[in-house]
Amino acid sequence: MATGATKPFGLFRNMTAKIAAIPMILTALVVFAGGTIWTVVHSFTGSKLLPKLNWVGLDQYERLWNSNRWIVSIENLLIFGVFSLIFSLVIGFTLAALLDQKIRFENTFRTIILYPFAMSFIVTGLVWQWLLNPEFGIQSIVRDLGWTGFDFDPLYNQDIVIYGVLIAALWQGTGLIMVLMLAGMRGIDQDIWKASRVDGIPAWKTYLFIIIPMMRPVFITTLVIIASGIVKVFDLVVAQTSGGPGIASEVPAKYVYDSMFLRQNLGQGFAASTMMLLAVVIIIIPWAYLEFGGKKRD
Amino acid sequence: MTDVTHFEGAHGPKPRRVFSRRNIFLYGTLIMVALYYVLPLYVMIVTSLKGMPEIRMGNIFAPPVDITFEPWVKAWSQACTGLNCDGLSRGFWNSVQITVPSVIVSILIASVNGYALANWRFKGADVFFTILIFGAFIPYQIMLYPMVILLREMGIYGTLWGLVMVHSIFGMPILTLLFRNYFTSLPEELFKAARVDGAGFWGIYFQIMLPMSLPIFVVAMILQVTGIWNDFLFGVVYTKPDIYPMTVQLNNIVNSVQGVKEYNVNMAATILTGLVPLVIYFVSGRLFVRGIAAGAVKG
Amino acid sequence: MKSIATLLAATALTATSAQAVDLEVTHWWTSGGEAAAVAEFAKAFTERTDHTWVDGAIAGSGGTARPIMISRITGGDPMGATQFNHGRQAEELVEAGLMLDLTDVAEAEGWTDIVFPSSLLDSCTIDGRIYCVPVNIHSWQWIWLSNDAFAKIDTPVPTNWDEFVAAGPKLREAGIVPLAMGNQAWQTAGAFDVLSIAIAGVDAWRKVVVEKDGAAAAGAEYAKVFKAAADARALRAGSNVQDWNLATNMVITGKAGGQIMGDWAQGEFAVAEKVAGTDYTCLPGLGVNEVISTGGDAFYFPKNGDPAVEAAQKELASVMLSKEVQVAFNLKKGSLPVRGDVDLSTANDCMQKGLAILAKGNILPSGDQSLSPDTQGQIEDLMTEFWANDSITAEDAQERYADIIANAD
Repeated sequence: MATGATKPFGLFRNMTAKIAAIPMILTALVVFAGGTIWTVVHSFTGSKLLPKLNWVGLDQYERLWNSNRWIVSIENLLIFGVFSLIFSLVIGFTLAALLDQKIRFENTFRTIILYPFAMSFIVTGLVWQWLLNPEFGIQSIVRDLGWTGFDFDPLYNQDIVIYGVLIAALWQGTGLIMVLMLAGMRGIDQDIWKASRVDGIPAWKTYLFIIIPMMRPVFITTLVIIASGIVKVFDLVVAQTSGGPGIASEVPAKYVYDSMFLRQNLGQGFAASTMMLLAVVIIIIPWAYLEFGGKKRD
Repeated sequence: MTDVTHFEGAHGPKPRRVFSRRNIFLYGTLIMVALYYVLPLYVMIVTSLKGMPEIRMGNIFAPPVDITFEPWVKAWSQACTGLNCDGLSRGFWNSVQITVPSVIVSILIASVNGYALANWRFKGADVFFTILIFGAFIPYQIMLYPMVILLREMGIYGTLWGLVMVHSIFGMPILTLLFRNYFTSLPEELFKAARVDGAGFWGIYFQIMLPMSLPIFVVAMILQVTGIWNDFLFGVVYTKPDIYPMTVQLNNIVNSVQGVKEYNVNMAATILTGLVPLVIYFVSGRLFVRGIAAGAVKG
Repeated sequence: MKSIATLLAATALTATSAQAVDLEVTHWWTSGGEAAAVAEFAKAFTERTDHTWVDGAIAGSGGTARPIMISRITGGDPMGATQFNHGRQAEELVEAGLMLDLTDVAEAEGWTDIVFPSSLLDSCTIDGRIYCVPVNIHSWQWIWLSNDAFAKIDTPVPTNWDEFVAAGPKLREAGIVPLAMGNQAWQTAGAFDVLSIAIAGVDAWRKVVVEKDGAAAAGAEYAKVFKAAADARALRAGSNVQDWNLATNMVITGKAGGQIMGDWAQGEFAVAEKVAGTDYTCLPGLGVNEVISTGGDAFYFPKNGDPAVEAAQKELASVMLSKEVQVAFNLKKGSLPVRGDVDLSTANDCMQKGLAILAKGNILPSGDQSLSPDTQGQIEDLMTEFWANDSITAEDAQERYADIIANAD
């Protein structure tokens, strides 16, 4: 929106901005672009323990797509991704809107919802392992209350294990989304509220039709944070299920890690990460067009 | 401009009666939600106060019969990491030393990035920004070895500043996005007015943007303090044992592959490690106020 | 004394070989018994030399340790010594010239004569040079049985795998899980390996794992192995645990009949104050083929430009292999020593069984020494699927297994 100095102030003013942006430019080019190219190049090699340039063509990719585990990983990521995205956004926004109602103890409620974010994944996984354990977790408690037919053992059922991971992931991550949304709401001009109140528009309508469109930038930030978290999900799965039962809760980032460091097959890990990065590029490039292509309006 | 300094908190209609239907719904929902979030913490705390025989009996929800603080003492000052038996306390100051500069440096760089991208866009900025966003999606693991080469060439491999740089780099995509999008959502008139008054790049940043963006700085701090305080992989790969962060001990306590798992000590260690971010969340919450007060825009 | 030595090391820039050095040692032995064992190394090193042991313990085994090692070595800031599984895992680092050649120490001390079985030293040897120090022997080929569980069903404790399988239904009726097994990949893959040696016999096993003969893996001997594995899969139903030690705990408490696990399980029985022979029974080679594999841990010494450090590294290597240290270390660790000329009369019942088998020479190289980690990983993937999913038949699994073996590198 603010195109700032580009028009009237010219090169001189822009110099400061450019100098200030040098760390960013270097990071983007050297680390992220450079590191990605390095990864892609090495995905065509037979690197084992150490990165080497012994070319093997497309062998790594052939093996990757013939691997049952990789296919299951992708399916899981899709299921996990879609649900995690929807629930994080809805729950995060709703909680933020609730906290935004001039309530008492806002700080306490906010901290309670946010605290899981501070807990290390290793133990988060362990605690949820316990809570979801059919013998002494939630299932047994509900059964003791008299509902003996109650079945809830996601971690031991191959078909639904990924939802077990989802419950723990939402517990851990929605607090941050809530805080982001809240910060976004607090950045909105007070006058908007005054105006909508004068016009007699109910609060929920104001949120839905005025506030949400105004929070578009915050939503984009949130979306990227959630999506990048989804793509990189790894620790939680390791801690909670180790990918099991069987390979039912494997995810791509775990495939990458295991290939690289457990199996000493760097090339395979790089091929898997190249596929992941390719998928990200396919999503990001159109988004960048939309975001920056429309910029010329003012 | 009188209202600029007058920060307001939340809004919405003022609460009228204590037991209005609205309040019952509101607090009812919040309390239910809070229960879901607190349940695992309850299990952790209860477990950390039990002795091992009690834990083996298997009821994770039961309150401790014999309350013992031994697991806490053990986690903090006795648990062994190989030959060093001084618990989490060993790495605590290292973690502080790593976290403080990393958080400050990464937030400074990223907020300036975001500001330049939002208000001082220059040619090519969009391209760099897009690459940066792409960077947010790269799994850290595949960047481990290229980063080693980079740090080695810069001569800061194995040092504290090398680690600070790594944290700044990997925190940059999300943080820059956070700041850029926040700054773009601020009313443009503010920026234009300051330009007319003759303020420059840094002047506007420090006098206008910074004070108006407290909530987003809090979010950035929450993100970075949590991420860096809980980081294990970078800390252990890019430094040496004498500056290993606390998470190395946490990992050693919680993640020992062999031997009996002391769940109570694990839980105590986790809560202890999580305390620092938790305190930051709570304290920084006071800054969670409405940044733009009514009237500021019109001057 | 020590602090003066450290001070000297820090101040003196010109290196002489007798100089005292702080040697950082990376390892992943962090549990109680393991740490006590490492302490024996540290104590001996500090007492017998002028140098100091700087402990760099990281829990989490190879997956965590490997990126650290590689980063430190390629970053130009290597540790003084690092634990590694012997075998093919460190091959590439040696080939890249990043590891210290220990041949001169080995020759001076006659390692080829004292290390027993000699296969241990073979896996440290690349192109005739020696690059690592084996420190202990761990073997996988054991089944641990709960005497209580079998007393409860009035059946004598089995003496071999077939008797164990036969007792399965009765255990099940009494509400006891016949076979405890954690869900982690290495456990299921390990159990399969144990079954294959016991049931297919050493020759067939050697053809498959050492010679990578796909036809043998698809053959009749291995068909029996997969059938036994399918039996075991049925026996383990109801053992909903992840960690191996929780599975061991099921045996200790009599909730399970038995567990196939390596000799490190003994540590758990010891902690629970159970006595071998009366409370639990151990059958090496599942009571069928009394053969044990000789996997274990070894130490590697990354190359360091400083001759003073190099001298200290060699001194540490020699300390680790010395008689007294071998005994002290292995008694604490619960593993077998790598030299046959030491006295281990204080070892318990099961360890004595292991020593006797070693002395008879009934040994084979562990999978670590002959399959690459990558191939092992593929097998682990297959095994995790197979053990968790009853719909995968023994025949299907065998076919996929043979395919992996045929394509192994």
